Amino acid sequence: MSTTIDAPTRSSAPQPQSGLQRLTFAKALNEGMRRALADDPRVLLMGEDIGALGGVFRVTDGLQAQFGSDRVVDTPLAESGIVGTAIGLAMRGYRPVCEIQFDGFIFPAFDQITTQLAKMHYRSRGRLTLPVVIRVPFGGGIGAVEHHSESPEVLFAHTAGLRVVSPSSPAEAYTMIQQAIASPDPVLFFEPKGRYWEKGDVDLDTPVAAPHGTEGPGLDRARVLRTGTDLTLVAHGPTVQTALRVAESAAAEGRSLEVIDLRTLSPLDTATVAESVRRTGRCVVVHEAPVLYGTGAEVAARITEECFFHLQAPVLRVGGFHTPYPVARLEHEYLPGLDRVLEAVDRSLSF
Amino acid sequence: MSTTGPLTDDGLVQLLTSRGERTSHPEYDRWVADLDATALRDMYRDMVLVRRFDTEATALQRQGELALFAPALGQEAAQIGSGRALAPQDHVFPSYREHGVAHVRGVDLTEVLRLFRGIDHGGWDPVTHGFHLYTLVIGSHALHATGYAMGVQRDGAVGTGDPQRDTAVVAYFGDGATSQGDVNEALVFSAVNNAPVVLFCQNNQWAISEPTTRQARVPLADRAPGFGVPSVRVDGNDVLATYAVTAQALDRARSGGGPTFIEAFTYRMGAHTTSDDPSRYRSSAEEEHWRRRDPIDRLVAHLEARGELAQEFVDEVAAAADGLGERIRATVRAMSRPAASAMFEHVYASPHAVVDAERAWFEAYESSFAESAHTAEGSHR
Repeated sequence: MSTTIDAPTRSSAPQPQSGLQRLTFAKALNEGMRRALADDPRVLLMGEDIGALGGVFRVTDGLQAQFGSDRVVDTPLAESGIVGTAIGLAMRGYRPVCEIQFDGFIFPAFDQITTQLAKMHYRSRGRLTLPVVIRVPFGGGIGAVEHHSESPEVLFAHTAGLRVVSPSSPAEAYTMIQQAIASPDPVLFFEPKGRYWEKGDVDLDTPVAAPHGTEGPGLDRARVLRTGTDLTLVAHGPTVQTALRVAESAAAEGRSLEVIDLRTLSPLDTATVAESVRRTGRCVVVHEAPVLYGTGAEVAARITEECFFHLQAPVLRVGGFHTPYPVARLEHEYLPGLDRVLEAVDRSLSF
Repeated sequence: MSTTGPLTDDGLVQLLTSRGERTSHPEYDRWVADLDATALRDMYRDMVLVRRFDTEATALQRQGELALFAPALGQEAAQIGSGRALAPQDHVFPSYREHGVAHVRGVDLTEVLRLFRGIDHGGWDPVTHGFHLYTLVIGSHALHATGYAMGVQRDGAVGTGDPQRDTAVVAYFGDGATSQGDVNEALVFSAVNNAPVVLFCQNNQWAISEPTTRQARVPLADRAPGFGVPSVRVDGNDVLATYAVTAQALDRARSGGGPTFIEAFTYRMGAHTTSDDPSRYRSSAEEEHWRRRDPIDRLVAHLEARGELAQEFVDEVAAAADGLGERIRATVRAMSRPAASAMFEHVYASPHAVVDAERAWFEAYESSFAESAHTAEGSHR
């Protein structure tokens, strides 16, 4: 074990690919992090099995070979240790990007994330900033064993000081991971693992807007992915594709659904949703996480408050049940699939 | 299984006996060779001032001026000895009782009381002083220190041989913290990374009401070697010995030798905090046993035996302590409540729509009372 680590230098190894590419979600994240590592010597990746293996989902594939084991760090198997040391590295001026291997394994780090990472800027009255990104593969539908399919995002959105975002497509994954790394705030970055192998067009030359600026799409805004007039369907992460398919299916029956990708849960861009609901009068929120106290509850409360006289039906929620995540053979029934969302759309429209 | 438990005082590095006699030590004598009588008197002054700070802060809490206070009483030698071994570029991660280290790092002790006054979660600039804010979640900061040390490695500030550049990091925590996962993970991470960090455990015998026997079956220092981290037990009421073992550990860290675990065997002579009542769980005989090992008395005896503690100096320090006490009382009483809207500041480093909206609402709400202040006195507070 070497004692002194060479000061970081710009890598002269393979440069990022360029141009318009058809990439999987996982590869888009990989390219986004490759660019961040190449652009800023203070960026480093930390996590379990992210080095030679490239991560259990191969999201960091090839990055250790390119940037070295001091910048793509295989950590001891201890999530609190990963986040706790990332906090210290950030205090020293680094920009750590931590990978939590699976959603259900984030809890050993929950203390560090909520009591330390979230509050250091506040506690120090702005003297310290902690630009730490925590990547969390989340969500189900992959036939996994217990603790590998959960959606704990609102546990973090409920904690002031954290930003919580979730990309829904390869193109978004590529830009949003770079914006998360550029953010001066801690960002919980929830990656829909069930979508890792879906492909999409990614323009690797696209300029990445500032994360919290007013120019261009940053991290703080929801996005209307499909316009419609009859009902607003709100989703984030893995359920965005579900919502788009629901809208497609509803269109075949002559119903025009607007689809909004929240993209960020903290901050929550209520304005974009409210603007839509004032036009459609109806709203259905979809997520994999349990409905009780979930994102849908928050959206429903805010939309009811802001759009009360425009609503023609109560805001409805479709999501997981108030059970532990069930066994894989039952997850199809647990998750908000096409049929359950369509049922909610019908209920709203017939209200 | 070791036959000695955590309460044993076997194997403690000691350079001053409890009567203040200098004993020689083959390994550690050289680490105090540069400490002349002036340096020892400086330590005496620090210890007296910090003890006065404790007394004043405890009194201010009793008067209702502070919400809470956690005294360092009895741990002055562990803190001043180790703190004085630090170099300016070193970085410290304290727990919440390290007032002595804060003082040595140049933090004005009144700033420490901002937290206990309830007007600040921190109180000082952690970067300027190389002294991080107090961490109240037990042991969390051991990992921050380790991560910071990993950053020091990446900056190339280890093992260069340049005494101005080579940097060590210290985490202070207590005996109770050694049971926390984070402290154990800090041992793991610091070991495998060979991080330039010193894990400084002040074993003050009590984690609020729980004795060290509820945390361990072996001396706390015995745990570290299992992680691959060398450790040392030191008499924490011996300011010379704590200086020596810390200086050695810091040197090891800065030169690339990796982490060290120090167990400073000391005693929390006061309560855990002003809300605690030690009479419910420990005996006055035990307290008396430790009072006879008072760290300040020990240094005084040593300096007097050497003829290096002139009465004028003692008087001068006593006057400085009186001055500090006066300044603490005046400063704390003048510390005013922040503006209510300050609660919305620095939640994020960049604008956050929810915080901004809630702040705007709150300020409008507040100002609605200001417009009719004569009717709304106190009703919304």
